[in-house]
Amino acid sequence: MTSPMTQPMTQPLLSVEHLTMRFGGLVAIDDVSFAATDKEITAIIGPNGAGKTTVFNCLTGFYKPSVGRLALTWDGREFLLEQMEGFVIAKTAKVARTFQNIRLFPKMTVLENLIVAQHNKLMRASGYSVRGLFGFGYQGKEAEAVEIARYWLEQINLVDRADDAAENLSYGDQRQLEIVRAMCIEPKLLCLDEPAAGLNPRETADLNKLLLFLRNEHKIGVLLIEHDMNVVMQISDHIVVLDYGRKISDGEPEAVRNDPAVIRAYLGEDEDEELPDIVKQDLAGDGADDGPETQA
Amino acid sequence: MEFQFAYFVDQLINGVTLGSIYGLIAIGYTMVYGIIGMINFAHGEIFMIGTFLTVIFFMLIIGTITFFPLAVLIVLLMSVLLTSVYGWTLERVAYRPLRGSPRLAALITAIGMSIFLQNYVQLLQGARNKPLTGILEGKDDILRVKYDLINTLNAAGQPYLVTISNLQLLIIILTVVVMVVFSQIISRTALGRSQRACEQDRSMAALLGINVDKTISMTFVMGAALAAVASLMFMMHVSTTDFFVGFLIGVKAFTAAVLGGIGSMPGAMLGGMIIGLVETFFGAYFNQEYKDVATFTLLVLVLIFRPTGILGKPDIEKV
Repeated sequence: MTSPMTQPMTQPLLSVEHLTMRFGGLVAIDDVSFAATDKEITAIIGPNGAGKTTVFNCLTGFYKPSVGRLALTWDGREFLLEQMEGFVIAKTAKVARTFQNIRLFPKMTVLENLIVAQHNKLMRASGYSVRGLFGFGYQGKEAEAVEIARYWLEQINLVDRADDAAENLSYGDQRQLEIVRAMCIEPKLLCLDEPAAGLNPRETADLNKLLLFLRNEHKIGVLLIEHDMNVVMQISDHIVVLDYGRKISDGEPEAVRNDPAVIRAYLGEDEDEELPDIVKQDLAGDGADDGPETQA
Repeated sequence: MEFQFAYFVDQLINGVTLGSIYGLIAIGYTMVYGIIGMINFAHGEIFMIGTFLTVIFFMLIIGTITFFPLAVLIVLLMSVLLTSVYGWTLERVAYRPLRGSPRLAALITAIGMSIFLQNYVQLLQGARNKPLTGILEGKDDILRVKYDLINTLNAAGQPYLVTISNLQLLIIILTVVVMVVFSQIISRTALGRSQRACEQDRSMAALLGINVDKTISMTFVMGAALAAVASLMFMMHVSTTDFFVGFLIGVKAFTAAVLGGIGSMPGAMLGGMIIGLVETFFGAYFNQEYKDVATFTLLVLVLIFRPTGILGKPDIEKV
């Protein structure tokens, strides 16, 4: 049923084992195991309602998985994400995430959005002292944080918009800003939930470029949920396919594309002459596979 | 004509003094509302505890420290510290366990905590008024030093002198300093940024590694610290307190926060000033007894014509 596992031989960055998430009687994820490595883009695809966003919610501490082990390994340290609180996952285990909808801080400036993501570094520098509370004693670190923010703004060509409120950026720019803001926590694993949703073809191309840049230059692991098959097939190194909460395929793009189980999942039981791409485009439109869109 | 002006200036000084106190308390309401969307109805009681701590600390140190400004500084610091501990504990004990439960639950807890704190102080300190005047007798002369501003005759031909006292200057200057420091903290420091981030999107802030619980705790601490500063000013201005004093002042400061636009710090300060001025001028020109009616009528009018308050931004629903 599934294609042969093409697990990389190196120690995986993220190893998800037997992840199961139940909501009462509903099984949203049923015994899913996969791995993601650094310097790779791993895409998670599947029809709406397959449980992709639920995987992300388990990884980032929104849900406590019913069963399963979520181990993140880097620099010889292992973090068990299922046992960590939300903010510690970002702070210590260095997992960053974006959502299907834009979640910038709209009233803050573009620059502040990037500096607030470097909060922990700055708080440490302030020494948690009364002086630090009033903003003295770590101006050097602040300047450094601004430098890092500027570096990222250069990557997405927004340096001249640094002092504008984030809400005034165009949709495509907001998407990119979200991704580089996530990069400001210096993540080892970056989880992107439909980053290409609502982007025009040019913006999508920019996004592809940015994601490849993150993978190649910053050596992080990227976990990507995406309906846009152009993005998925062009940039991912490894694809995991979910359907009804189960993993139905796992492997390199070419292998997954031709996997009968995947085609069945997208097209239904009878393989008629319908073009897969059209159907997939159809699926790309809405993000009905819901995360916690309201405040947790 | 000259007398009219002099009378106006006199009342203006009184109004600004009172408004400073309301404004500082109002900031506590507005900051907490901004970050967790809840009205902390026990904030008036935190202020009340601040007034008691002021009396207690003055009693403890006034005998040993003869240099009065130093005594005030020490009392201010100690009372800010201890009141902050009360603010922190309040959040930790009563509000944090209910985070994520319906808003009504948080509201009821807040009212419950308000009643609890009143009774707690009443039990510990008794129900009678606690005056500060006797304790400071003869020691706070420096605060009573007055500077002449306008010297004129009133309608009956008697001399009418408009003055400003050291105490009034202290209150106004201290308020300005505290306001500047706080707005700098909010706009410039890592802590302030994390507070604004939590205000705008709490779960996203957590995903960037910000400890949301700690940030909320700090907000309560900051609100309580400001209430403590206000309570010291209030005690030196009004000189007496009791366990129920937080109620009316709390309601007025809350009104100030809503008037200025709840969630907005400059709004809270502006609202406090307006409430202080309206109350003083209404009392001075119309009727002393009904000054509170004027205040709350103003609130009703603002809520009808500008429901988000003066500086509050209306929530634009995005499609």
